[in-house]
Amino acid sequence: MTVPSERRGKCEVSFTANGKHETIRVNPMKRLLDVLRHELKLTGAKEGCGEGECGSCSVLMNGQVVNSCLIPALQAANSEITTIEGLARESQLSALQSAFLECGGAQCGICTPGMILSACHLLNKNPHPTTDDIREGLSGNLCRCTGYAQIIEAVAQAARRRSSE
Amino acid sequence: MRSDPADYELIAPGNLQDVVQLLADEPANWLPIAGGTDIMVQYAAGKLPARKLVSIWNLPELRTIESSPHEITIGAACTYTQLREHKIISSEFPMLASAARWTGGIANQNRGTLGGNIVNASPAADSLPALLAYEAELILVSIRGERRVPYVAFHTAYKKMNLQPDELIRAICLRRQFSDYLHYARKVGARNAQAISKVSIAALGRLREQNGSNPASRTIEDIRIAAGSVAPIPLRLTEVERLVTGKIIEPNLIRSARKTAAAAIQPIDDIRSTARYRAAVAANLIAEFLQQLREHRKTL
Amino acid sequence: MYRDCMSAEHIIGKSVPRKEGRDKVTGASRYIDDMTLPGMLHGATVRSQIPRGIIKKISFAPQFNWSEFIIVTAKDIPGKNCIALIGEDQPCLADGKVNHPEEPILLLAHADPHLLRKAVDAVALEYDHLPAIFTMEASERREQIIWGTDNTFKTFLISKGDVDGVWSEADYIVEGEYTTGAQEQLYIENNGVIAAFDPEQGITVWGSLQCPYYVHKALMALCALEEDRVRVVQMETGGAFGGKEDYPSIIAGHAALLAMKSGHPVKIIYDRTEDMTATTKRHPSRTRHRTAVSKDGKILGGEIDFTIDGGAYATLSSVVLSRGTIHAGGPYHWPNVRIRGKAVATNMPPHGAFRGFGAPQSLFAMERHMDRIAQTVGLSPIEIRRRNFLKPGQTTTTEQIIREEIDLGHLLDRALELSDYSAKKKRFVQENQTGPIKKGIGIATFLHGAGFTGSGERYLASMVGIEGCADGTVRVLVSSTEFGQGTNTVLCQIAAEALNLPYDDVRIAQPDTNDVPNSGPTVASRTAMVVGNLVRSAAQAIRQTLIADGTLSDKYSPEEFHTACKSHIAKHGRLRSIARYDPPPGVFWDDEKYRGEAYATFAWAVYVAEVAVDLSTYTATVQDFVALQEVGKVLHPILAKGQILGGVAQGIGFALYEKVVWQNGRMQNGQMTNYIMPTSADLPEIRVFFEELGNVHGAYGAKGIGELPMDGPAPAIVNAIEDALGARFNSIPLLPEDIFETVSADGVR
Repeated sequence: MTVPSERRGKCEVSFTANGKHETIRVNPMKRLLDVLRHELKLTGAKEGCGEGECGSCSVLMNGQVVNSCLIPALQAANSEITTIEGLARESQLSALQSAFLECGGAQCGICTPGMILSACHLLNKNPHPTTDDIREGLSGNLCRCTGYAQIIEAVAQAARRRSSE
Repeated sequence: MRSDPADYELIAPGNLQDVVQLLADEPANWLPIAGGTDIMVQYAAGKLPARKLVSIWNLPELRTIESSPHEITIGAACTYTQLREHKIISSEFPMLASAARWTGGIANQNRGTLGGNIVNASPAADSLPALLAYEAELILVSIRGERRVPYVAFHTAYKKMNLQPDELIRAICLRRQFSDYLHYARKVGARNAQAISKVSIAALGRLREQNGSNPASRTIEDIRIAAGSVAPIPLRLTEVERLVTGKIIEPNLIRSARKTAAAAIQPIDDIRSTARYRAAVAANLIAEFLQQLREHRKTL
Repeated sequence: MYRDCMSAEHIIGKSVPRKEGRDKVTGASRYIDDMTLPGMLHGATVRSQIPRGIIKKISFAPQFNWSEFIIVTAKDIPGKNCIALIGEDQPCLADGKVNHPEEPILLLAHADPHLLRKAVDAVALEYDHLPAIFTMEASERREQIIWGTDNTFKTFLISKGDVDGVWSEADYIVEGEYTTGAQEQLYIENNGVIAAFDPEQGITVWGSLQCPYYVHKALMALCALEEDRVRVVQMETGGAFGGKEDYPSIIAGHAALLAMKSGHPVKIIYDRTEDMTATTKRHPSRTRHRTAVSKDGKILGGEIDFTIDGGAYATLSSVVLSRGTIHAGGPYHWPNVRIRGKAVATNMPPHGAFRGFGAPQSLFAMERHMDRIAQTVGLSPIEIRRRNFLKPGQTTTTEQIIREEIDLGHLLDRALELSDYSAKKKRFVQENQTGPIKKGIGIATFLHGAGFTGSGERYLASMVGIEGCADGTVRVLVSSTEFGQGTNTVLCQIAAEALNLPYDDVRIAQPDTNDVPNSGPTVASRTAMVVGNLVRSAAQAIRQTLIADGTLSDKYSPEEFHTACKSHIAKHGRLRSIARYDPPPGVFWDDEKYRGEAYATFAWAVYVAEVAVDLSTYTATVQDFVALQEVGKVLHPILAKGQILGGVAQGIGFALYEKVVWQNGRMQNGQMTNYIMPTSADLPEIRVFFEELGNVHGAYGAKGIGELPMDGPAPAIVNAIEDALGARFNSIPLLPEDIFETVSADGVR
């Protein structure tokens, strides 16, 4: 194996973000969260804690929900990233986004992008979750405003709608 | 964010051989990073001593789970999600599956790895008591080849382990021999999810079944009790195991077991809890395990 | 839309879509950290690491090129080195002396945020240490005088009847001491601002904040700028709960100073640890009750001593103290009472506003004490309350006459029924006999006064505007901010209702002090009630103007309104009405004697908590929760329910999970891993119910509800835990470790 002679400094990292191929030049240890927010101007993912506890930085990486504040850019290479900006199709909101609006799932909104993406991951894996499944699925996303109840309602409603589509 | 990315190097050779070679060429110079759920937290807090990291995330050699009739071999970079979803692990090693479920939230389970949990060696690590109880064996790899280390001999002191500077954990092996045991695992944290463990117990037990005899007079045939967050390393409570093996489970024995357990552990006061609380709860959980074991019916 | 001619409201009472909701679910909302400006620098704060001392020396490590950095100290402050709020004791930057850990000393700015971080660590401070104090008791003992002449920020005395005469008549004298700890607001978005300075325009600050005009006032004094050369703009704000009421004046002041010195815009965003350790928290409290009770369980009178820990500077402590003192007697009739409130100084970062603002603290004590009185007298917790509830026509501790037809006995009955209280209580006695799980059920009955206390609203003199837009729709102009509770939605609903327009025809301006009048701070549960009423007035004035124009008749369609609006603008240049707060007649408050109508109205509530304590782990969890409240009028069912659900969750955290670990005045657990708030896996179903008696002082009959749900959960839960275990707990947060120590001492099994 040849270790690159210029190890310090930036490297090129390519991945797909919301269906669009991106190549960026960054320090490999730059956090994926910062790459999304600064390089790609996708500011929907938020920094709430920087320690992987609050989930407000959650994105989907190859279909799995992950905390982007804990992922070095290099490890996102060749992956498919979905952020909140990638959920709505043109002006058509996803079932989850509509349900959050109808049920009061978003109050201050700061946890909402991460919360919706976690819920998306949950419903993709388990289209008919029980309330306990939803509670578990969202337990990595902290919300200080709602007490979670109207979020859980929204996810349950979206699950019903998605399965009837 | 209290670290400057420009001060760090991170490379991803993409295969185990090249990683091993790098570690051999520059031992102790490169910190392997898998899912990053521990390392990146230290990094963001400005508390990561290492400056050069080598990614072992998603190395195919480290992410497979192989099984034979007698053994299952879990790649060290398998994520908690992989553990939870694996049929053999969830059915035959439920304590490991539970530990995976108790770790962080789903996002952290999708990235955190079993090998990472082991080498980070937090006394409160979620998977380690289960590995101790299941008597796991680690396969370590270096340029010199592979060697097997019984997990019970792996951790030697706080954050010190039986791992050479140029070695990696390649896999964790578990023998498939516990189907007729009672598996008991319980974690006590500050909340139901995303909680660092204050105390945890992983225990296995089996009673001697004798045809025709009164179930209440069965003796303990085999028992393993492991505890987390009560010492600098995860502990097998061998003194308790010795005390109760061969005995009938009744209130006096449980009382003695509690006392012996309390003497065997060294919990501390820290930001999350107190030594007294940890000792009391550890004893309660062991008592609960023994009570459940007394009622346990062997499944054929 | 079905229009009932009996109830003419067509938008009030409906759960219309959240005004800014679409942006929130698509990630389009712009919070302060989503914003950048050309040439922007990053700013950071060098803070004290000691609780009290004289700054001897400030050294800058030689390996940095400090000429690249903007450095601001107290000497650079153009105006007054203080954070103008109520008093002037809090410096913007420490000038020679520090009085609490994390106190700001100097500011740095640089274009590279990573280099900046290293530079902060490269500033070394040497101090002459002074002895510091960290508890209310040490402050009261005056071990050190750290503030004023006696460490006391403020005292209040409420005196009703003749307390000294009741002791001899009492059949029982019941005493108790109850304490509550600090609580971190833990909004998921950390504090952040951007400031820009232009020699002509002055200072502009964009930020995550609750009260643009508080920041405006503070910047005027700090930067020595006139009113029209300071502009404050609120960005989408990711939670606040009081934690962004006064604190933003500090971070805004810092960014402004850096912007003025550098000539560049400066962004300061705290990370989680800085936000938790350096900014305000709920005041810790200690309440002492001594109550004279008759043998049939009637409160004859009593003394209540309510003390709060204000931290190192006065900030809002006098107002928190005021509310806590006034609420200390709960929803009960006190024929005689003496309530002494006191706020004292310690060398901790100043404590501040957090939802409830003193009332959760004093009501925790009152509701625990009622259970203690019940035990002493031999009555149930239900009966003791029933016998002492305030009734219409009776007076509160401040001698405010209850003028509405509130029936607390009925509210209690309904809550008991909804929670299946009696059946559960019986069942738990049985079930608790075996096994390690002990169940209990507890109640809290309480009130919360909405709006500013006493003459506060008069002093605020809030103003609200409504403006016609070029397309014939209207815009609401208020400085009241949205931070999740529904300000935008509710105020637009009210305007739409008053103008008989569709909800979508009403917009609300971003709170920008250049554009909107001062409708007062977004605090004290006053927005829907007080500001909403002004929105209604302003809307009615718009309507009157157009009718007076002759372009609109009494009944009109939306299109007719648009036309009339446009034609008015064409003719006069603009269409705008301003409504000013007019104090309701017959409402009197005596600031000297602390007596009279403390609040325009009270909301009332009964909460019931069911808990299970697992004695193998000493962990208490809430299994079921009923929240029943009378709130005047529910303007928006989903938002109202959301407020209660969120507030109860925070109350559960206050009771069982959220502990600030202090060492030498500094918070040690300033990470989300170690400061524990409930996750979705920790909360039970919370069942919410409303009653509506209306409110003559509130828009469409609404009372304030944002803070009410914070008051009840903690005492209801601790009452339930006592019910489960038979052991007494007088302090929150109540952690498993605390339960363990008590039950192992008592031998509870």
